[in-house]
Amino acid sequence: MMSSILTQNHFDLFSLPQRYVLERVELDARYRELQRTVHPDRYASASDQERRISMQQATQINEAYEVLKDPLKRGRYLLELRGHAIEDQQSFQQDPAFLMQQMELRETLAEIREQDDPLQALDRLTQTVRSQYEALESGLVQALDGGAEIEQAVTLVLRMQFFKRLQEEVQELEADLEDELY
Amino acid sequence: MALLHISEPGQSTAPHQHRLAAGIDLGTTNSLLASVRSGAAGTLPDNEGRHLLPSVVRYCEDGGHQVGVDAKAQATRDPLNTIISVKRLMGRGLKDVKTLGSRLPYEFVSGESAMPLIHTVAGDLSPVQVSADILEELRQRAENTLGGELSGVVITVPAYFDDAQRQATKDAGKLAGLKVLRLLNEPTAAAVAYGLDRGRDGVIAVYDLGGGTFDISILRLNQGVFEVMATAGDSALGGDDMDRLIALWMMEQTGVSDDINHSLQRRLLHEACAAKEKLTACEDADLSLHLDNGMQWQGKLTRQKMDELIEPLVKKTLAPCRRALRDAGLSAADVEEIVLVGGSTRVPKVRAMVGGFFGRDPLLDIDPDKVVAIGAAIQADILAGNKPEDEMLLLDVIPLSLGIETMGGLSEKIIPRNTTIPVARAQEFTTFKDGQTALALHVVQGERELVDDCRSLARFELRGIPAMIAGAARIRVSYQVDADGLLSVTAREQTSGVQAHIEVKPSYGLTDKEIETMLRNSLDYAQDDMEARHLREQQVAADRVLEALQAALREDGDKFLSSEERTAIDQAADKLARLRNGDDHRAIRKAIEKLESVSTVYVDRRMNANIQKAMAGHAVDEFK
Repeated sequence: MMSSILTQNHFDLFSLPQRYVLERVELDARYRELQRTVHPDRYASASDQERRISMQQATQINEAYEVLKDPLKRGRYLLELRGHAIEDQQSFQQDPAFLMQQMELRETLAEIREQDDPLQALDRLTQTVRSQYEALESGLVQALDGGAEIEQAVTLVLRMQFFKRLQEEVQELEADLEDELY
Repeated sequence: MALLHISEPGQSTAPHQHRLAAGIDLGTTNSLLASVRSGAAGTLPDNEGRHLLPSVVRYCEDGGHQVGVDAKAQATRDPLNTIISVKRLMGRGLKDVKTLGSRLPYEFVSGESAMPLIHTVAGDLSPVQVSADILEELRQRAENTLGGELSGVVITVPAYFDDAQRQATKDAGKLAGLKVLRLLNEPTAAAVAYGLDRGRDGVIAVYDLGGGTFDISILRLNQGVFEVMATAGDSALGGDDMDRLIALWMMEQTGVSDDINHSLQRRLLHEACAAKEKLTACEDADLSLHLDNGMQWQGKLTRQKMDELIEPLVKKTLAPCRRALRDAGLSAADVEEIVLVGGSTRVPKVRAMVGGFFGRDPLLDIDPDKVVAIGAAIQADILAGNKPEDEMLLLDVIPLSLGIETMGGLSEKIIPRNTTIPVARAQEFTTFKDGQTALALHVVQGERELVDDCRSLARFELRGIPAMIAGAARIRVSYQVDADGLLSVTAREQTSGVQAHIEVKPSYGLTDKEIETMLRNSLDYAQDDMEARHLREQQVAADRVLEALQAALREDGDKFLSSEERTAIDQAADKLARLRNGDDHRAIRKAIEKLESVSTVYVDRRMNANIQKAMAGHAVDEFK
């Protein structure tokens, strides 16, 4: 008997190979196809039981999609499948150059409001953060799909987490600035 | 009937009766009813050809009430018993209502629950009851026009409604004797009405400025699937506020003081609203107001002056627009179409500012008053099962983050805003003191850090935790949000298995029991009627379960079930079929539950097989 989707791993659920690289367009198409099949709207007039199962399955598919579409979450998830789950508060040894870069970026963020054109300065910072993040992402392709040591992938994922947090703070500031200006 | 949906796409399903379904736009100012008839969705008028039903209920001394135009006509004469804009009070506590209080000319009393009651000659009424009276009126209109009982409805709510407001709306539906198939977000409904009309894929922004609420939603339409990417808004901002700004200006002009009576307040708002409506087409509007000192004041409002008065308000709507775009990861230029919803978008200044913000002209071809009801009707028709082959699907999000109170009065977010529903998330907590045997959980909604700044949805306790040292217990709190956007919470201590569960009945909501009692008390359902009604409901449910199960078993019962499993199901089905013809609705309900429980494994296998089938075309090594 086939296994229930509630216990399947996210890649199997989407019939995707267990690797880091994926085609976003394909992922999106499969997501829509799966939701078309199980979504509670398809069972609106069905029995309570079918509605319950449908909700569980749709929930599971949403969860899997949320993980697979996000480069950081997908990386963490692959590490978890390979027995290297990263804890939320995991601390790690960073090389001094990375730490220095982090400090500089945070300083830039803290001083944005004092710039002549804060929004423009913030825009530049956004670009920097984004390109760094994307560089880590391509590094992760090599590390996770290219047969490198798992520690290398762990380091890259942890660094991505730094940038993700920074990115969120940048966005919050952007929202505040815009609301003040307009 | 839904088991039939499982059959392979394109394969013909057994013909079945067309089910009567309707979409209801339960608005702040006006409500509308729509239905799909002969393949076309349209709004249904009353006997006198009026489509809009003013969302106004007047309660009379004899205990009766009037709904709509007749009630509205009495609003100025009988302000305390004529309830307008009740939507603004849905799911609100007394404290929220007091902040709105200066603008609402009613007398509020606190009831037994935290929900505020409106004092009228016909008694103290909850906003849920008032809304139910509006829905009841529409239900009768639907059943008269469509010629039969409604099998289900879709009721729309502002996307920015929180859990308490949604729950209150669903309760009102129940109270009006309606089966609510789904609560649908208003902007999503509008997008459906437009999307299906045009059949074009792309990013759509829906700007919805109603009488009392503002919503902005960013959606992506892709081959019949509407994905809401982000939504934002303000559930206390709307066209009523424009009227208020104009009324304040009129007060300045006439020199009347702030402390005015209800009746003059109503006349002022009425005149302001009329002027606003006139100025959508004209450059100036004459004003006239009968003052309490017997004088008649005459004045004039130009469009330019009105634009000036309302500009700050329209500007206020642009901040949520920016936030929604940011959450969706898009810029204004990515938006291909802008849909305007709500009567307040008729104001030229609104159109100009929204067009300016997105850099393109909004779509105007569907009446902004009707578009939401039409979208809801299309969705209701599909959910009722009238279009099993239809490819349309809506994937909506929760508008506000759901969190839990942690130490220091902080909110820890468990599900962030704009997460696609249905969704379930869990987080582990632990005890704070040695030997602590209970944990108080406080469920909140909102984006702010401090719990006090968020909306309190519910408080409950997990009791009976075995005494352990501080930090040893592992309490897993799970949030599940269903496709209506409604939350239920479970807390479970992992080592002992002690569990507590609540459907989040918000502090300002009604319990199921209260609803039942209200239903019983209402004149329409005497005790006997209630029993008969329950019996009919259970019989319909039994028929539906049996019919669907038999059809499924014929198709693939042998494939998924061992002979023992099959026998157990057949026995439970036979028993249900026997009881169904009796008159004991509780026994029927039990037999349904029994049948569902023995057939769970079968339904589960079928539904899984269905998923496998959907993915069957894709070999895992497809892109090697």
